[in-house]
Amino acid sequence: MTAKNLENYIRLEFSSLPENVALARVLIASLVAQLDTTLNDLEEIKVAVSEAVSNAIIHGYQNKPDGIVGVEAKIKDGLLEITVNDWGVGIEDIEQAMAPTFSTDPDRMGLGFVFMKSFMDSVHVESEVGKGTKVILQKKISENGSCAQIAN
Amino acid sequence: MVTVKIKNDALIVSISGDLDLVIAREFRDTVDKVLKDKPIKNLILDLSEVNFIDSSGLGAILGRYKLLQQRGGRMSIWGAKPSVFRILDLSGIMKIIPVLKTTEDILRNQKEAK
Ligand SMILES: Nc1ncnc2c1ncn2[C@@H]1O[C@H](COP(=O)(O)OP(=O)(O)OP(=O)(O)O)[C@@H](O)[C@H]1O
Ligand SMILES: [Mg+2]
Repeated sequence: MTAKNLENYIRLEFSSLPENVALARVLIASLVAQLDTTLNDLEEIKVAVSEAVSNAIIHGYQNKPDGIVGVEAKIKDGLLEITVNDWGVGIEDIEQAMAPTFSTDPDRMGLGFVFMKSFMDSVHVESEVGKGTKVILQKKISENGSCAQIAN
Repeated sequence: MVTVKIKNDALIVSISGDLDLVIAREFRDTVDKVLKDKPIKNLILDLSEVNFIDSSGLGAILGRYKLLQQRGGRMSIWGAKPSVFRILDLSGIMKIIPVLKTTEDILRNQKEAK
């Protein structure tokens, strides 16, 4: 099977529970594994998803379990686009939030956006205070990677 | 899952699974409880069964390092798989906490401690 031209779309909504971060990670990883991607790409995408979804729960909903996190993923023409949505507190200054090592929590390192930026080709953030945050991650998927080789 | 044992005055903490925010919290709570009760100064973090780590895991590791530093202690990490090692490296945490790859590294690190 050649998965090069694979087009796919998934959407998932879940409660803002810490346990659901793994769920989102595994779901996106299984979706991406359908493509001829490399294990390295797969690892990087998992980290980026983990960061965006963790942020929605930790910051967006301030660790309260009654919020809803939305994750969408789209694959088209070898481009993966992941959107992570929350309807939480929002971000006042997006530029500052995305700066390396910036964190509003003294126990955190402020590396979430650093990893998203270094592992994805583009990171776009839309946010409104009191309304919520949308993080859009894009990555070109390299073809003929080891995932497919192992699968064959 | 987080398991702890004490050997030669050192606290050995072994983590298995994905070191994301769920396990990071378990790691923090488990270690802080032991450190509160016992005057342990040396923590060895075994990551050999960890398949995944993100910033929540890194934050929890750095936080425990700071606690140990406050009491004049030290910490080292060993067993990190390549994918985990890469994240440790990128985060800059390796400049602060020794990450040991081989048994030779571990012996050298113990010698330096004396
Ligand atoms: N979904 C969100 N809703 C509200 N604020 C957010 C959201 N995502 C990020 N932020 C803000 O942006 C800051 C930086 O995020 P980033 O993920 O880079 O670091 P962090 O989460 O604070 O630390 P780390 O990711 O290393 O645990 C956060 O401290 C928070 O103030
Ligand atoms: Mg974060």
